[in-house]
Amino acid sequence: MPPLLEVTALRSGYGPIDVLHDIGLSVDAGEIVTMIGANGAGKTTTLLTVSGAVRVRGGRVAFDGHDLTRTPAHKVVSLGMAQSPEGRKIFPRLTVLENLQMGAFTRTDKPAIADDLEKMFGLFPILKERKGQAGGLLSGGQQQMLAIARALMSRPKLLLLDEPSLGLAPQIVTQIFDIIRDLNAKQGMSVLLVEQNARLALKVAHRGYVLETGRVTLADKASVLLNDPRIRAAYLGE
Amino acid sequence: MTFAVEPTFWTAFLQQTIDGLAFGALIALIALGYTMVYGIVELINFAHGDVFMLGGFLALTVLVLCGLEGLGVDQNRIKLDDLGLWAKAGLIALCLLLAMPFCGAINFGIDYMVYRPLRTAPRLAPLVSAIGVSFILMNVGLFWGGAQDVNFPKLVSDDNLLPADTGLRLTAKNAMVFGVTVPLMIALTLFVRFTKLGKAMRATAQNPTAARLMGINTDAVIGITFAIGGALAGAGAVVFALDVGTISYTMGFQNGLYAFTAAVLGGIGRIPGAVLGGLIIGLVRYYGSAYVGESWTGALIFGILIVILVFRPTGLLGSPTREKV
Ligand SMILES: Nc1ncnc2c1ncn2[C@@H]1O[C@H](COP(=O)(O)OP(=O)(O)OP(=O)(O)O)[C@@H](O)[C@H]1O
Ligand SMILES: [Mg+2]
Repeated sequence: MPPLLEVTALRSGYGPIDVLHDIGLSVDAGEIVTMIGANGAGKTTTLLTVSGAVRVRGGRVAFDGHDLTRTPAHKVVSLGMAQSPEGRKIFPRLTVLENLQMGAFTRTDKPAIADDLEKMFGLFPILKERKGQAGGLLSGGQQQMLAIARALMSRPKLLLLDEPSLGLAPQIVTQIFDIIRDLNAKQGMSVLLVEQNARLALKVAHRGYVLETGRVTLADKASVLLNDPRIRAAYLGE
Repeated sequence: MTFAVEPTFWTAFLQQTIDGLAFGALIALIALGYTMVYGIVELINFAHGDVFMLGGFLALTVLVLCGLEGLGVDQNRIKLDDLGLWAKAGLIALCLLLAMPFCGAINFGIDYMVYRPLRTAPRLAPLVSAIGVSFILMNVGLFWGGAQDVNFPKLVSDDNLLPADTGLRLTAKNAMVFGVTVPLMIALTLFVRFTKLGKAMRATAQNPTAARLMGINTDAVIGITFAIGGALAGAGAVVFALDVGTISYTMGFQNGLYAFTAAVLGGIGRIPGAVLGGLIIGLVRYYGSAYVGESWTGALIFGILIVILVFRPTGLLGSPTREKV
């Protein structure tokens, strides 16, 4: 079976500058894959390019039997790919409930949307408590939960997660990662995870890629990377 | 103006308030187009006032085609006195029904042809283009209606709807102004607040990248926003033409300036702000003419704008902090 997501020789960037030079990676159905790398390596740009929010300049993106290379971002969601973007990008003046509804924008199955809304409130009870409040009034951790829940509202086959732990208290990080692992284990949802916290990321992921200045320089099983001396020195602070 | 009884200070004041609110409601309707477009693409659509102006000429052309006198056509015309109330109301409805999609389509077309290709260009490019489009549309108006003020059929009278002994005048024209503008503003508010598309508009305005990642076709949403703003301007044009009785190719410039000021005053990008700003400008204009002097109204309006912006740079209802992340 071909991988769910397959990125080949991807090149993209902003303005006159190429940020990604040669990114190749894949995510199988049911897999959690992580991308680690220093600040500015191009992790966020990779996720945005895969989602179509940044234009592909070279190479190929294939997802679940579709060629996404020229597909605009708004058509990607209904194919089963959702993203919780870097910096959360909550709609600050929409309520928590409206933010979640936007996550289901491409869906028309109203009763199932209502079901999923209840599921999100089950996963993140704080969002239910604050569903009438403006998204911008939530704390950082709550906004992160909202960003993830909003992405899940599209019922994705693949969830792209960009730095879900950034700026959060350790127990909230644990909580969020438990939920991600659970969604993967129980529902078979695939995850492409970008994390600053490389140790944490490599612990939850099955496989990992290392990015350096727009290129994949290392790819292996997460457990292997976790014990690789180069990784330990460069990304795990040892 | 004749009063049944000698107006006291308060009846005169109340009269200015009625007239000011009516004018303000009209300005608010135009201001909504500026503010919605700014809210979603951070662009001052300088052509908006001229889209409004073209709506006036379209309405007049529709009436001439229906057999009324106007635009130099005066042979075998229907006499206004021969038309009943319902016939007149029907003609007004027809004007609205045609001017709104007409102006909506023009505004959508401007976005599609001019602004969309410049969406990622430096700020100055769409701004200068907007000024250019404004001039082009003004010239279309000049070609359509000529350089002089053009009479617009008086389908709505100046009859007072209030009993004479109140000393106040709420004319049929005033009622028409409120009758068109208020329901449209309420409809817009409900649409933006409660419909899926309305929420998508707000989401796109607040974070376009995130909106795209939710599966929202932001280009389409932006186009629809232009169309709605244009349609409101089209309705405003019909109201203005009926109220004032003449239209001209320059009417977009002057009223556009008032409306733009209203949008900034209320907090550009905010729908309630445009309504508030419009009403304030209407009131200031009428109070100013009554108590300060007609020739000072312009200075007064802009003086107030400057004072408010000094103390609240984001306008009355604008959010004091930047929310863009
Ligand atoms: N919108 C943009 N316009 C221009 N350059 C950008 C933009 N976004 C990112 N860049 C540049 O692209 C490069 C890669 O950025 P990117 O955000 O993809 O890195 P990252 O690996 O996600 O880093 P971080 O760990 O800090 O999030 C950086 O040099 C950055 O300055
Ligand atoms: Mg990043």
